[in-house]
Amino acid sequence: MPPLLEVRGLHTEFRTGAGVVRAVDGISYTVEAGETVAVVGESGSGKSVGALSILRLIPDPPGRIVAGEILFDGRDLRSLTEAEMRHVRGRDIGMVFQEPMTSLNPVLTIGRQITETLERHQGADRPTAEKRAVELLEMVGIADPKRRLRQYPHQLSGGMRQRVMIAIALACSPKLIIADEPTTALDVTIQAQILEVMKSLSRKLGVAQIIITHNLGVVARYASRVNVMYAGRIVEAGPADAIYHDPRHPYTIALLRSVPRLDQPRRARLDPVDGQPPDLTRLDGGCAFRPRCRFAVERCATARPSLEPAGEAGHISACFRSSELGVVAEVAA
Amino acid sequence: MNAAGETPLLEVRGLAMHFAISEGIVLSRKVGDVKAVDGVDFTIGRGETLGLVGESGCGKTTTGRCILRLERPTAGEILFDGRDVNRMDRSELVALRRRMQVIFQDPYSSLNPRMKVGNIIAEPIRVHGIEPDAGRRGAKVRELLAVCGLDPKFADRYPHEMSGGQRQRVGIARALSLDPEFIVCDEAVSALDVSIQAQVVNLLEDLRERFGLTYLFIAHDLSVVRHLCQRVAVMYLGRIVEMAASDELFDNPLHPYTQALLSAVPIPDPRIEAVRAFQPPKGEVPSPINPPSGCVFHPRCPKAVEACKVARPELRELRPGHWVACSEVH
Repeated sequence: MPPLLEVRGLHTEFRTGAGVVRAVDGISYTVEAGETVAVVGESGSGKSVGALSILRLIPDPPGRIVAGEILFDGRDLRSLTEAEMRHVRGRDIGMVFQEPMTSLNPVLTIGRQITETLERHQGADRPTAEKRAVELLEMVGIADPKRRLRQYPHQLSGGMRQRVMIAIALACSPKLIIADEPTTALDVTIQAQILEVMKSLSRKLGVAQIIITHNLGVVARYASRVNVMYAGRIVEAGPADAIYHDPRHPYTIALLRSVPRLDQPRRARLDPVDGQPPDLTRLDGGCAFRPRCRFAVERCATARPSLEPAGEAGHISACFRSSELGVVAEVAA
Repeated sequence: MNAAGETPLLEVRGLAMHFAISEGIVLSRKVGDVKAVDGVDFTIGRGETLGLVGESGCGKTTTGRCILRLERPTAGEILFDGRDVNRMDRSELVALRRRMQVIFQDPYSSLNPRMKVGNIIAEPIRVHGIEPDAGRRGAKVRELLAVCGLDPKFADRYPHEMSGGQRQRVGIARALSLDPEFIVCDEAVSALDVSIQAQVVNLLEDLRERFGLTYLFIAHDLSVVRHLCQRVAVMYLGRIVEMAASDELFDNPLHPYTQALLSAVPIPDPRIEAVRAFQPPKGEVPSPINPPSGCVFHPRCPKAVEACKVARPELRELRPGHWVACSEVH
């Protein structure tokens, strides 16, 4: 069976005053039905642009998908008309964004925003849609759903709004949910609640998820597979256990070592990733991580490493020295 | 005074900050209070870093702002080096401002976009009339940039030409420009990317050692707080619910809220997460306008009994240096 989503050689560019920025520079990955894939990276790594490209939500101008295929459930989303695409968004693919306050319409009631989705995509009549809206709010753990349906977004707390976003995303029983930093704006106890809701519902309903985040703890708790992005490319991908316990890209290794951990003895000093994040307008032909890399050799300046198998099955890394890194990481740990 | 018999650099006693809520425009009347901070006591010794943690709206930032005298508290005393900052006259206040500084969260909005980095850092030195000579001010700026790990040439750049991590270093250099003793770091590393965050944490530690600084480190990221702070106070709805030495607090949290907070933090290791017993605390933080009776945490607390709805638990020292405001912990 083909995967639910297959992204092949996706390139998304932005034309800016400083030149063309290749925000997504040739990424390929798959998401199987029902699985949770995390995309990890820092600001400017292309993780959000990559996700928005799947939904064709890149503002043009200045952005443009210049190459690649996005095969979802047997169709190439790039070849659909805008009207067809609107049906994919919201019906086949649900979306949860970071800021529930800006993604909800402030002048419509919560109820109307849910029923609108149901009426538009499923042709439900108003009473059916309203009944379903109550069920959906109950499902995401909102107490007193009938009263909440009549309220406006500003009357809800941040955590509650994000639950509403999840309810809208799930309204039409999508096959995939794309969640872009779904809990970054929330407090840690609310973050935990929201992620638990997403996890249990995606299991129960068999929905696949792409979770985009910079939080390595969130990834460890919820994802089965991980794509690590840097400067517009996937630099390492594989099962979560392999990424955390046998990382084969210097960036992943450095990232994992730089965070203080509550479960480990306090270290005398943190071990940061040196240098500054890359300037995407000034990338050369070499590996983009090279200026910050402790393992860089001459070759890294002249050629960009491609993703090659490393470690166990399904684990790939874009580093010339990935086979040596398994040993290095162990010695250092 | 502490056990060693010396006065702490900062002592906060019974601090309360209530913001009035009014209704109506013509006939405006007060309808209630937001009890942002509602009776907080702590001390910070010289050279110590105290962490102040809690979720949005718990009052940690307001506490910091009161200490800096950016707010006039409703009640309580803030003694800096033995003197109440709210009773200082103008000249004392000017002197105080040199001794305490602040580093803000957002390096994008806390630097003037129209000023060059060099002028941003030099401005406090100029305003306080410390170095009237522009040439020597420039030299001081270059030295401060170097101390904060930036190329002295950055003095001629504008903030928008720099990355978030570099901007935060500028904010730190500005805070250091008056040779302060005490710095309030309000979510100073929260907006930074993971790989940059560790760089800035290390810088703050180096500066503390080099200049003998005292920090109040306000943050919501518990793992960073544990790394950087000697002592930690946990706030909830305007009150301190637990306070202890950092290792003690994280190894042996006693207050149910602290325990819930720690269990909510995901550990970056899928093997640990797969087997970790974890129960996110139920419900959300109630409104500080109408906080629950008795212990403010009781509606969300797994250990709550009837008595918790009535009596507000005081902070008690259950073990040496470990203070807990919970009547069900002994």
